[in-house]
Amino acid sequence: MKAAPFEYSRAADIDEACALLAADESTRVVAGGQTLVPMMAMRLARPTRLIDINRIAALSYIRDDGETIAIGATTRQCVVERDPLVARKVPLLARAIPWIGHAATRARGTIGGSLANADPAAELPLLAITLDAVLNYRVDGQTAEMPARDFFIGPMITTLPTGACLTGVRFPVWRGAKVGVGFHEVNARRSDFAFVSAAAQVELGDDGECKRIAIAIGAAVDFPMRLDSAEQQLQGGALADAAVQAAVTDALADIDPLADLHASAEYRRRVAINLAARAVADARSQAQGSKNHAH
Amino acid sequence: MRIELNVNGAVHELEVEPRTTLLDCLRDQLALTGAHAGCEHGVCGACTVLFDGVAVRACLMFAVQAQGTPITTIEGVTPGPGELSPIQDAFCETHGMQCGYCTPAMILVAHALLANNPDPTREDIVEAISGNICRCTGYAQIVEAFALAAERLRGANRPSELRK
Repeated sequence: MKAAPFEYSRAADIDEACALLAADESTRVVAGGQTLVPMMAMRLARPTRLIDINRIAALSYIRDDGETIAIGATTRQCVVERDPLVARKVPLLARAIPWIGHAATRARGTIGGSLANADPAAELPLLAITLDAVLNYRVDGQTAEMPARDFFIGPMITTLPTGACLTGVRFPVWRGAKVGVGFHEVNARRSDFAFVSAAAQVELGDDGECKRIAIAIGAAVDFPMRLDSAEQQLQGGALADAAVQAAVTDALADIDPLADLHASAEYRRRVAINLAARAVADARSQAQGSKNHAH
Repeated sequence: MRIELNVNGAVHELEVEPRTTLLDCLRDQLALTGAHAGCEHGVCGACTVLFDGVAVRACLMFAVQAQGTPITTIEGVTPGPGELSPIQDAFCETHGMQCGYCTPAMILVAHALLANNPDPTREDIVEAISGNICRCTGYAQIVEAFALAAERLRGANRPSELRK
């Protein structure tokens, strides 16, 4: 369980990291290393060079941009987990991040690393999809951005261009008075990879009707998936349990779920329906009960 | 590569390959064998060290990445030669160990937890050790050890008549 030999470079800034990346296609960026290093130990990954971006101070931040909360790529998951601004403005993040690995891996794991790794079972890609986050990256000396929906296209596969380095992510802030969130996950043991996960965020109007809703599931198919048709059906309604269950069942009728030794395709579909419905129910209850402070 | 590692308050100049994990460097080059090599891919937690006061996996970091950051291993938590820290004492008293393989990591996790949370609930303790596997499954006594250590440390600087 020792990594194969590689060269190591500590990038002073993001453009140096990009230049090193562009020079050799078997180079990899290391941020928290909580996925890449075990992959290297098992020799499933054999990069010729690691570019360490941990000490690029400009990549570690949590910033209130008004419409969005911007988070730097190397910001540690544990920092976001405990950040009061995040808890107030993007409560779904605060709710779901404790499900990522365990405390010792969140102490090193980064926001950008998890997004760039694009594991279909990972929480952060699911949250980015649920909230329509926008990913920022740097390539060829230029700054660019991409909606999360265009970013995740397969298991550990993203549309990040060759030679590009993720620099941060922006999560939209829902400013309504009654906003609630829900998150559920089923796994073999807490901290392990999800068999299925589901996230929802709901905004209710004064009369309790659903003004806005976002629902997504993770780990069920090759990448986190929004339930667009369910959202359309539920918008404007009262989010009654039966209506939610019917809408998510419809939305998941045609998916082709992953299957493995632990969880069959049919199990994953059934659990996805139930977790999505529970996530919406939690979000609705929270929106009914508490005032949102995100404005 | 030539690096400087700051371990338990002492700075060591070392020559390491980039692929040498912090764990292997501590064990093989500094003879600090209290950090244990269990799974070597981040699952078991036996290699836990404090990296700038935070519990991390020493097997999931390369030694070159640790340059300059203060690291504490189990060898660095004792107040003096032949003595035990209050947390180590608590593990002895509650029999918070059987084979001992997971113990240094558990104690470091306790140090990290109690530094920020002097009065943890049982849930806080269970959450804190959730990333550390004890294959003797002596978790009940480990949780007791955390609670006893917390109680002792809370009372440590208080007059005896005020201690609970």
